[in-house]
Amino acid sequence: MGEWRYVARKLLQAGVTLLFILTVNFFLFRVMPSDPVRLLTRQRGVQLTPEAQAALSSELGLDRPIPSQYLQYLADTVRLDFGNSFIYPGQSVVSVFLRYMWPTVLLVGTATVLMIVIGLYLGIRGGWKRGRPLDVGSMGFSLLFYSMPDFWLAMILLIVFSTALGWFPSGGFETPDSDLTGLSRVLDVANHMFLPVLTLTLGYIGEYYLVMRSSLLDVLGEDYITTVRAKGVREDRVLWRHAVRNAMLPSISLIALSFGFVLAGAITVELVFSYPGLGLLAIQAIDYQDFLLLQALFLFASLAVLVSNLVADLVYSWVDPRVREA
Amino acid sequence: MSVLEIRDLRITYHTQGGGVPAVRGVDLAVDKGQVLGLAGESGCGKSTIAGAVLRLLPPRTKIEGQVLLNGEDVLTMKAGRLRAVRWSGASIVFQGAMHGLNPVQRVGEQIREAILVHRQANERQATVRVGELLEQVGLPPRRINDYPHELSGGQKQRVMIAMALACGPDIVLADEPTTALDVMVQAQVLRLMKELQRDLGLAMVFITHDLSVLVEVSDRLAIMYAGRIVEEGPAVEVFHEPRHPYTEALAAAFPEIGDARFRRRPSGLGGDPPDPQHVPSGCPFHPRCAEAIEVCPSIEPELWRAGEGQLAACVHAEGAPTIQGVTT
Amino acid sequence: MAGDSLAAKARSPRSVVWARRRLSAGRFWATYRRSVMGIAGLAILVVFVLVALLAPVLVSSDQLDVTKATGPILEGPSLAYPMGTDDAGRSVLALIVWGSRVSLAIGLLAAAVSMVVGAAVGIVAGFRGGRWDAALMRFTDWFLVLPGLPLAIVLAAILGQSMFIIVMVIGLTSWPWTARIVRSQALSVRERAYVERARGLGARDPQLILKHVLPNLFPVIFANTILSIAAAILAESALSFIGLGDPLRVSWGATLELAFAAGAPTIGAWWWIGFPGACIVLVVLAFTMCGNALEEILNPRLRER
Repeated sequence: MGEWRYVARKLLQAGVTLLFILTVNFFLFRVMPSDPVRLLTRQRGVQLTPEAQAALSSELGLDRPIPSQYLQYLADTVRLDFGNSFIYPGQSVVSVFLRYMWPTVLLVGTATVLMIVIGLYLGIRGGWKRGRPLDVGSMGFSLLFYSMPDFWLAMILLIVFSTALGWFPSGGFETPDSDLTGLSRVLDVANHMFLPVLTLTLGYIGEYYLVMRSSLLDVLGEDYITTVRAKGVREDRVLWRHAVRNAMLPSISLIALSFGFVLAGAITVELVFSYPGLGLLAIQAIDYQDFLLLQALFLFASLAVLVSNLVADLVYSWVDPRVREA
Repeated sequence: MSVLEIRDLRITYHTQGGGVPAVRGVDLAVDKGQVLGLAGESGCGKSTIAGAVLRLLPPRTKIEGQVLLNGEDVLTMKAGRLRAVRWSGASIVFQGAMHGLNPVQRVGEQIREAILVHRQANERQATVRVGELLEQVGLPPRRINDYPHELSGGQKQRVMIAMALACGPDIVLADEPTTALDVMVQAQVLRLMKELQRDLGLAMVFITHDLSVLVEVSDRLAIMYAGRIVEEGPAVEVFHEPRHPYTEALAAAFPEIGDARFRRRPSGLGGDPPDPQHVPSGCPFHPRCAEAIEVCPSIEPELWRAGEGQLAACVHAEGAPTIQGVTT
Repeated sequence: MAGDSLAAKARSPRSVVWARRRLSAGRFWATYRRSVMGIAGLAILVVFVLVALLAPVLVSSDQLDVTKATGPILEGPSLAYPMGTDDAGRSVLALIVWGSRVSLAIGLLAAAVSMVVGAAVGIVAGFRGGRWDAALMRFTDWFLVLPGLPLAIVLAAILGQSMFIIVMVIGLTSWPWTARIVRSQALSVRERAYVERARGLGARDPQLILKHVLPNLFPVIFANTILSIAAAILAESALSFIGLGDPLRVSWGATLELAFAAGAPTIGAWWWIGFPGACIVLVVLAFTMCGNALEEILNPRLRER
């Protein structure tokens, strides 16, 4: 019973945070700029005529007092009405967004899964056999790749594996003007996705490694591990059934926390590989000063972090029975 | 044949600051159905001995000597044999009240694991047995599905005891089982352990720093100081007529109500236990000893006869060899 | 000797405090010296800081001027141009030397902003406790939900591109981490006996904070700041790469942006990409190693790892 109350409480908190996010979003784009009218009615940097500006402005509701704008904004958001994009005139922000969404989901999703699986596994192995070459090497590797800007790593991989060796295409999502279907299409996409996924994975895998390792070392020093060994349990079971199950807990929180960073990394990586995802779209929005689009993208990014935190909280409570009581 | 026999055990921990000799030559024996109390302050090496019996010490620890469990030397056992002997030959009751239990596993499951690992029953039988064990320690069987954090300190300790009995060991080592508990709960748990020991005919080694507790449960007492045994003998005699100054001080620190000895002189023991890496020369106790004499820093005492069935490592013991200037 | 003890008694409490501080600083350095990581990091930082400070001496600022560039276009490393040239004939080495000033300056300033805000929030929350704590921590948690770099991007896009804005933007999006760490330290310091005693003697909160709490929190704050400089440098390079940096200043990130815009990866101009990026990596690595070394000293348990 305590579990449902916990879930309800977390959902409620998420709801409040959602409101906060929406308010910040509104604040950033409507309240903060010195001239929101100018900001939101620019089109490709070209100044509209004063009449066109006024018309657009009243259409967007920019001439109304702030509180009324805020309510309108909330209502629009619920209806998923984010206005029309400037880069793609006539198309709604939502439709543009959906077009660019899947490549990013694929990229970030694949990379995240790889990071988690490989990073955590190496962390467990590294913590279990502390000080051995695998451990020391992994620590150095993590430190090195953490210090690299992801766009730089992307460019280096691009030069080496695409320009020099020609193993992979230099960018994009799939070969243009090709009519591939089924398996060959999947392979083509995978071919294009390889370097971007590799970049993101290498960049963030170190964090998972370090946290898992550190947490496992903490757990291995606890009394109950000695108890388990004393019972005559085999070493591999001591590690996986007992130590890892306890050491996993901090990793879950980390996964949620890092999600925001991985998303941010995707922005510059997509730019380098001309990968047609939300990151590239965001940069286009900045270049063309399409702030309605940018606003929607930022909202999406915040929501993604919120949802990943919520999921992490729920998974955590499922794994750690102590949390449910609180 | 004794259930547990320890011969000349020497244990040195490996740390960044060098080797730490925690146990410096210990001989012990426990017979079937007998309870040996092992007492001493923190850091004297008593818990280390418990860890050594089942080879649970950190990997780079140096262990020399013999630890014979039913005649077999634990220290030379192969891994498979060691795992089989763990828990079914000898088991340990840790301080359950703290972190002795896996926080994310139900307590019934933790006890069952011991039974299943030693293939003493199938899953269904094991569950039944767990229920019996819980009843034996005074816990309602429905507790089987609880998590450790849902139990009180005393209840967790009972779970630890039930777990230790799960595989029918020949000897149980109890390492400070009541230290973290409230006084009332302590008394209950002690009573329980005494009953179980008697009913099941278990051999037991009871490790604690609280001498008054040991007097109640033990047949024999061994007092440790700085990695060595400094006095040994029948429990009642050792407690009421200690032959080693340390034992006397230790006993005085835990007065028994009603014992005339303590009525007017509550006392403590000044100073700190010695750093294992810098043990004082000769008799390690001499800096804190009220009865130290000139020769104490230069003589390393052995366990000499000191009374009826009692041994003490002190120059004042009856059986101590005559040394110049010493009168016994 | 009598004279010595008289002299000792004549020292004011303040000079005793300073003598003690000097002594513990010496001890601190002796401990730090034993960390290989810490010394390596420090050495790298010294080199880069020197290069940054001596930039005008080492390389004439004319070399940054596109109109005055005389070198061959897009040439790899050679004796004349050890790090090659860019697409305008400028020496990449010159760009790096001058870029170090901007990148390091922004990194340090942004981290300072983040430290001040984060420490302030953390101290008030941890020390005051109660409602202050709950409210501030709730606010901090909300802030943590907003993804750092995207927020910085949005702010920079809206507010414009100047060094000042970049510094403020990076600083104001990374304070929550510092706040959390400082708060938990402050909480533990608050419980300490000497704080109780000082309160008992009538000390008021601001005084308590300044004289007792801050000196104890300083090591934690310092270690954390070192690590946030590393993060700030990475953030600045990302913002510049996207094109939101100060267009007038040639930070390392901005150099990489120019390289990318000119198609350096596909042309194969590895020197234009490799060297500036390697500098970023080295400096971030150095700060991280120093920060880790400091954290190990503060929390000796970590050393066992």
